[in-house]
Amino acid sequence: MSTLKLDLESYKDLLKQYIETQNEQALYRAEQFSKHSIQQNITPDEIINVHIEALLELYPDIPSNIQSSLNFLLETMISYGLAYQEYQALREKQLELQSEISVAANMQQTLLSTTKPEMSELDVGAISTPAKQMNGDYYHFVKDQEGSLGIAVADVIGKGVPAALCMSMIKYSMDSFPDSRMEPSVILEGMNRVVERNVDPSMFVTMFYGLYDPDTHEFNYSSAGHEPGFYYSAKNDSFHDIEAEGLVLGVDRSVKYEQYTQHLDVGDMVVLLTDGVTECRTGDRFIERDEISDVIHQYKHLSAQEITEQVYRHFERLQDFQLRDDFTMIILRREV
Amino acid sequence: MDFQSCVNIKKEWDIVGARQLGRDISKKIGFGTVDQARIATAISELARNIYLYAGTGKVCFETIENLNEKGLRIIAIDEGPGIRDVTQVMEDGFSTSGGLGAGLPGVKRLMDEFDVISRQGEGTEVNVVKWLR
Ligand SMILES: Nc1ncnc2c1ncn2[C@@H]1O[C@H](COP(=O)(O)OP(=O)(O)O)[C@@H](O)[C@H]1O
Ligand SMILES: [Mg+2]
Repeated sequence: MSTLKLDLESYKDLLKQYIETQNEQALYRAEQFSKHSIQQNITPDEIINVHIEALLELYPDIPSNIQSSLNFLLETMISYGLAYQEYQALREKQLELQSEISVAANMQQTLLSTTKPEMSELDVGAISTPAKQMNGDYYHFVKDQEGSLGIAVADVIGKGVPAALCMSMIKYSMDSFPDSRMEPSVILEGMNRVVERNVDPSMFVTMFYGLYDPDTHEFNYSSAGHEPGFYYSAKNDSFHDIEAEGLVLGVDRSVKYEQYTQHLDVGDMVVLLTDGVTECRTGDRFIERDEISDVIHQYKHLSAQEITEQVYRHFERLQDFQLRDDFTMIILRREV
Repeated sequence: MDFQSCVNIKKEWDIVGARQLGRDISKKIGFGTVDQARIATAISELARNIYLYAGTGKVCFETIENLNEKGLRIIAIDEGPGIRDVTQVMEDGFSTSGGLGAGLPGVKRLMDEFDVISRQGEGTEVNVVKWLR
């Protein structure tokens, strides 16, 4: 523990200078000295010790009662020294954990990555940003053999590492479905069984699955307790909620999911999101869903991808750049 | 082992007695003020653990010497319930004194050598050494 040698001589000089002049310069150097000591992991009790030794060298005739009082001070500082060392050890541990998590976050990004489909019929935009390092939201695009586009959006209630671990499992189960065309309700029923079997009951997963057929321009969808999205009608220039009934995944293994259909005309949009979007807060007020559709409306002349980015920027700023929940938004717009 | 001296720990007051004896021996060996204070703090932690968790036990002191070093060995022994998971106890932040940096991890920091042998239901022996440098 005493491998760290405080420079007694320079401390003594400093102290002497200060006692003689009481000037600011010496105090400034004292500040530098203490910063330097902190860098060298020197504990408070060691400083006191150096102080006592320096003082005794400068003033060998210090009365013994003052000497005793200094020893008393030293004694009281020992525990502070320990607390300080523990703090440093914990800080190192924290840095380690942080870098581990960022490695995990990178892995997760690779794992959950999905390519945005290129379709002449549909302009697609997607954004997903985690509140912490790891994302508990998930979205995925699949094109089936008949050319339909499947879109999955899921949200694990909770965030951070546990949510992200759960999400990775969802991703693998989704990958294990066959390439042939599958109805949204069937997919949710399958996922419901997976979650029911594999996920801790204290964790909830909501999921939305939509299937867009470019020949009929029908958007079929089912929802497992997921935050409702928006349908934008270009003809009426208005938004309304995409309502769909359905129980959260993993609660009841025999649950059946209702399937709904929305026809898309040219210029119509489907907006899918997670509650990280709707539960944005400004001050202590949750935003209204209208505010989201208003922002989308404001940028509707842009591409689907640009709209999602603008909406994200808008709410990021509104929340003082501190996301409280993972934020995911997908926009599909029929082009021709 | 041939110990110079032991202090029985039965009541809280005995912690002070153990500190006193430990400090006297440290002084005799030639430890400076800081090291004396550190040794006393370590003794407190060990003796208090005996008092709190084992009820009774003892803290023993031994001056040790090899070719080029002198030091103090402290052994705290009890026949209490033992520590179930020493590794866990040695993790920073585990101690019930949380955030004070004290407890057994603190003792390890205060001393140069540290060892625990503990069997559940049989007791605990903590063996620490401080070298005079
Ligand atoms: N001599 C002992 N006998 C039995 N259990 C002990 C003994 N010493 C420590 N322990 C156990 O180890 C834990 C951690 O001890 P310690 O690090 O001293 O921190 P604290 O005493 O503040 O909890 C104690 O809470 C106790 O359960
Ligand atoms: Mg203790």
